[in-house]
Amino acid sequence: MTLRIAAALNGDSFDAADWISAAREADEALLDFITFDDAFGRRGPDAVLVASRVAPLTRHVGLVPVATTTHTEPFHLSTALATLDWVSHGRAGWQVRVSADPAEADLLGRRAPLGFDDLFTEAADAVEVVRRLWDSWEDDAIIKDVATGRFVDRDKLHYVDFAGEHFTVKGPSIVPRPPQGQPVIAALTHQARVWERLDVDVYFVTPSDVDSAATIVRQLPARKKVFADIVVFLDADQETAIRRRGATTSDAAVFAGTPAQLAGLIAGWEPSGIAGVRLRPGAPTDLTAITRDLVPVLRERGLFEPSTATTLRERLGLPVAVNRYSPEAANA
Amino acid sequence: MPKQIILAAHFPGVNNTTVWSDPRSGSQIEFASFEHLARTAERGKFDFFFLAEGLRLREQRGLIHDLDVVGRPDTLTVLAALAAVTTHLGLAGTLNATFHEPYELARQLATLDHLSGGRAAWNVVTSHGPFFGENFRRGGFLDHADRYTRAGEFIEVARKLWDSDAGEFQHTGEQFDIKGRFGVPRSPQGRPVVLQAGDSAQGRDLAARLADAIFSRHHHLEDAQRFYRDVKDRLPAYGRDRDSLKIIPGVSYVLGDTDADAQEKAHYIRRQQVTPQTAVLLLEQLWNRDLSSYDPEGPLPAVDPVLDEADTIIKGRAGMFPDRLKTANEWRAIAEAKKLSIRDLVIEVTGRQNFIGTADRVASLLDEYVQTDACDGFILVPHLTPAGLDDFVDQVVPLLQERGVFRSEYSASTLRGNLGLA
Ligand SMILES: Cc1cc2nc3c(=O)[nH]c(=O)nc-3n(C[C@H](O)[C@H](O)[C@H](O)COP(=O)(O)O)c2cc1C
Repeated sequence: MTLRIAAALNGDSFDAADWISAAREADEALLDFITFDDAFGRRGPDAVLVASRVAPLTRHVGLVPVATTTHTEPFHLSTALATLDWVSHGRAGWQVRVSADPAEADLLGRRAPLGFDDLFTEAADAVEVVRRLWDSWEDDAIIKDVATGRFVDRDKLHYVDFAGEHFTVKGPSIVPRPPQGQPVIAALTHQARVWERLDVDVYFVTPSDVDSAATIVRQLPARKKVFADIVVFLDADQETAIRRRGATTSDAAVFAGTPAQLAGLIAGWEPSGIAGVRLRPGAPTDLTAITRDLVPVLRERGLFEPSTATTLRERLGLPVAVNRYSPEAANA
Repeated sequence: MPKQIILAAHFPGVNNTTVWSDPRSGSQIEFASFEHLARTAERGKFDFFFLAEGLRLREQRGLIHDLDVVGRPDTLTVLAALAAVTTHLGLAGTLNATFHEPYELARQLATLDHLSGGRAAWNVVTSHGPFFGENFRRGGFLDHADRYTRAGEFIEVARKLWDSDAGEFQHTGEQFDIKGRFGVPRSPQGRPVVLQAGDSAQGRDLAARLADAIFSRHHHLEDAQRFYRDVKDRLPAYGRDRDSLKIIPGVSYVLGDTDADAQEKAHYIRRQQVTPQTAVLLLEQLWNRDLSSYDPEGPLPAVDPVLDEADTIIKGRAGMFPDRLKTANEWRAIAEAKKLSIRDLVIEVTGRQNFIGTADRVASLLDEYVQTDACDGFILVPHLTPAGLDDFVDQVVPLLQERGVFRSEYSASTLRGNLGLA
């Protein structure tokens, strides 16, 4: 079985050239997707805009920015991500994050921080609203019917009429349904109770070895795609990598060694049932080591086969997103 | 040296100016359309590309409006992508101060300014009623005056954040009580360019106080000159000089081989823009009542408009008629004098192209407007997506350059620099 390979970009550069070169490296190595880290209050650019900035300059790689549901309007999230999908021709994803940090709440000043339970109820609602808005236009809503003078068939546009505990959203979206129908939604998760609530397609998880990876995969619904996060320090000789790793600690496993050793570790985790790995470069040079040195080894060992699918959904083996408001959905 | 003309390219909007029925008309949402118009504008050395915004699909008579182009991208996301396919063109987006938050929007605009090398601009709008609010947490939460209070404080806070150079900020005011670390270092323009597009006295004052430019809808020569004086006269009270605020109306044009040819084309485009169905809907916007039973080829309604500005028949679009009864009577008089049907009358009185003629004539009219202080430049609104400005860039821009009133090369790398703003 081949795995899907992703990389996490966590840079804080404001220079477009840095992002372009990182994204192009990943694109040329035919990685499946890259994620763009973000949080309010950090020093760093807005991740959705960075992803969009590199979209026209890449052809293959999926673009998955982090965006937080706690403070951003679900309506804006939905339209921004739909637009990223249009701009990238179906390569967009979204890594959902919540914020429990009072300092982040102060930046917005709109309300006190929510407790853990409310945060996730609200995030689940935001995901639901975002998904409904993406479906609020049927794919064939635009008719351009000169005889009747109608540009759209308004029966194929749908109010989403969402009413939750924390907000209501009327809809429909102002953006036509994006190319993937439903861009890919992902979440990093360390705890089972989070998994149950969010309607996401991809989980980033942090196993320490193949057994813990297998346990996590078993706990999750079979149709979800599980990616194991690994922080990587890659060098031609293991000593250099270990020296660079130093005392690095992380929520994820931290690897230091050669590309061949990392390929060995990934091969060892493969039987756990993970869909792939998301490699978090320990330093910017580690991205280059991933794309130039690791990827050829993985390909040689049959652990990675670049995808020929053009959309991120398809590449991850996610089913075609049937529009919940369409006649097909009603008949299903 | 004569005054230099500012030029901007408006992506065709979701209203009946945009002709979608033409065989040449392309997608309103594919990125290729945005790229085409932006590249065309940059080829023509335009100052900036411009996107409008509406945070809910328009409705009329309680139904989603289906006769015009519907659907557009998120403003900031598409501008960030356009930064990848242009190098000097300013990237201006309309963003609502009522349904965004200062920290988040200031961060996004500063990010765009960094990622574009100093080309970001924000057209501040406040929205016109509670209609958009149903898509947001707070609902329709402010009335007209408070929306401007919020917009003013919003811009002030955004400036504070932009000036903080990634550092600590604190703001306590009527609308916002926020603090923390901004996290974005000073962007290439320092402050992204701010445009304002409200026409009320509060809107004009806000512009005089805080904006770098106004997107206006005053485009008849004398009316535009009056507006220009009105706004520029407000500047000294805020300690600003007359050149520090640019007035840029949105205008349309039609080019022809002869003036008569251009007039003929203009008439043909007007008929495409005002279909029989659209004619009735546009009339309803003035009459503010259901006229769906009226024949577009028949006479105007004998009943009077409904004068209820709190509950207008159209939602999601700025009001165009300060005095409905007066305008209705004017329209009736024109229809009677010229024996016009509803459709012909609407073609006659709404949205006629502003500049019609040979390239030479259009170039000289544009120049006259700017030199006689009707405006400082133009936001050109083409009627076709995405190639609607091709002829202007090919034919009119060279003539403006020959006249010495428009640049042949960009003189600065930032939008602020090209606009000649401090
Ligand atoms: C030329 C022009 C363009 C405008 N464009 C937009 C727009 O794209 N989106 C929007 O929400 N409002 C738009 N508006 C609405 C105004 O910004 C403003 O919110 C509204 O007109 C109410 O303010 P006022 O009473 O001062 O005019 C526009 C207004 C004008 C005059």
